Amino acid sequence: MQIYLPIAEMSVNVFWVLGLGTMVGFLSGLFGVGGGFLMTPLLIFIGVPPAVAVGTQANQLVGAGVSGVMYHWRKRNVDVKLGLVMQAGGIVGTVLGVMLFGMLQRLGHIDLVISLSYVIFLGGISGLMLMESVRAVFRGRRKGGASRGKLHHHTWLHGLPFKMRFPRSRLYISVLLPVGIGFVGGVLVAIMGIGGGFLLVPAMIYILGMPTTLVAGTSLLQIILTTGVAAVLQAATNHTVDILLAMMLLVGGVIGAQLGSRASGYLKGEQARALLALTVLGVAVKLAVDLVLTPDDLYSITSTGPRP
Amino acid sequence: MRRWSGVMAVLALLAVSTPVRAQTLVADLSSHLIAITTGFTGTDVVLFGAIDQPGDVAVVIEGPETAQTVRRKDRVAGIWINNETLKFTHVPGFYGVASNKPLDALLPSAVAQRHEIGLDHLRMLPRADADAATVAEFRAALIRNKQREGLYGTEVGEVVFLGQRLFRTSISFPANVPIGLYTVSVFLIRDQDVVGAQTTPLAVSKIGFSADIFDFAQHDGLIYGLLGVLLAVGAGWLAGTVFRKG
Repeated sequence: MQIYLPIAEMSVNVFWVLGLGTMVGFLSGLFGVGGGFLMTPLLIFIGVPPAVAVGTQANQLVGAGVSGVMYHWRKRNVDVKLGLVMQAGGIVGTVLGVMLFGMLQRLGHIDLVISLSYVIFLGGISGLMLMESVRAVFRGRRKGGASRGKLHHHTWLHGLPFKMRFPRSRLYISVLLPVGIGFVGGVLVAIMGIGGGFLLVPAMIYILGMPTTLVAGTSLLQIILTTGVAAVLQAATNHTVDILLAMMLLVGGVIGAQLGSRASGYLKGEQARALLALTVLGVAVKLAVDLVLTPDDLYSITSTGPRP
Repeated sequence: MRRWSGVMAVLALLAVSTPVRAQTLVADLSSHLIAITTGFTGTDVVLFGAIDQPGDVAVVIEGPETAQTVRRKDRVAGIWINNETLKFTHVPGFYGVASNKPLDALLPSAVAQRHEIGLDHLRMLPRADADAATVAEFRAALIRNKQREGLYGTEVGEVVFLGQRLFRTSISFPANVPIGLYTVSVFLIRDQDVVGAQTTPLAVSKIGFSADIFDFAQHDGLIYGLLGVLLAVGAGWLAGTVFRKG
């Protein structure tokens, strides 16, 4: 069954899009990530204009985030105060990101910047994750009690001003840290159409030193707010949110996420992380290869004229 | 309200569109409105007509004019980056041509140029300071890209004659056809020259649900965006509640 997407201005097969949503939802449930990093490149690959893919994806992530936060909320694993502070930086980052997106679009470099950011961020993070999980697997094999090291290192990060208490996470840190992390997350949402969980989660663990139990729920809360702002801004300024497409992806994604989180019971933590790292690395390598290989047609066109 | 303006414009044009030389050529379309509804996957429109004396016929379909920026990638530090650009104005958003004989057998180049019959004769205007070689290269790339999108015909369509006087041809529009006002021009050709012509308007317009969404997104972007987020929150909340036991 074909359906015409009014904003993307193309006709797609409903079951195809539902399937795509389910597949990405399954992976996101399996690994506990948003899945935006897979969905946005896939949408672009099936012919959705990059700007529409990014804007629509922001809207879709709001829905995915809400059901995720509800899950963590019931387990009381959300630090609302920290999430809101991060959000302060997130809004600024999103606004700046949407402006940057529009500027790059006019200059004709947006596709390149999207691809490059994917290669750099996804490649870097997945490389680190892969190294860590390989090490974890080996450590597990040796059954050696490798020393865990000091729990709390004092670095220059703790010398920053404007300290604030976050009782839920038992932290006393400079506001600049969560605001800064939120800011980077906001820029990523606007430019790459991803929630940025894969970047926020390690940053919250290693830079803020948050308890790991609270990280998933709190980062999801921050993601809902940032993606929400991004979706509204993209719709208001660039008209690039396709509600029909977002709803189809959401339906598939919700079902997939439930199946995925059930399937995740059969995977060990480090196995799941290694698999996730491999998937992310795969996306990064594919995009890197596309940047280096000679394209079929060196020329591309964009409509810059009056549209009826 | 606004989407009907296209339809109105067609009706107005229909009222005034009289054949240039009324006696020689009459043609019409099976439909003057292509409605892009939620189930739209592209469509065919049939053009039919008659001529009163033997001759040849060429048909040109032109979509609404846009400006297009053509960019060429160059290798910089190992990766391909958009480098040189050239902007063209007066580029038809859709272009198709059909005739009953090969075009170069029908018309000399100068005449085809004058009536913009055939892709080689499209009058797309490049920026003034560009040199001829660059223009030719970027122009070819523009046409090639449009053809890949299915918006420019890759070959000349066929005009079929039924007997001496009646002719017909079919025009295919893909799902990504740009909206706006189109012109369908029918040329009567005799002895290497255009001796009669008729222009018929054709509107491509979003109708129904998809049109409502499009208009909403264009005119009330902020409210549209807020509603989209609300819908997503609702869907997420519903999912979180339904799957609670799981």
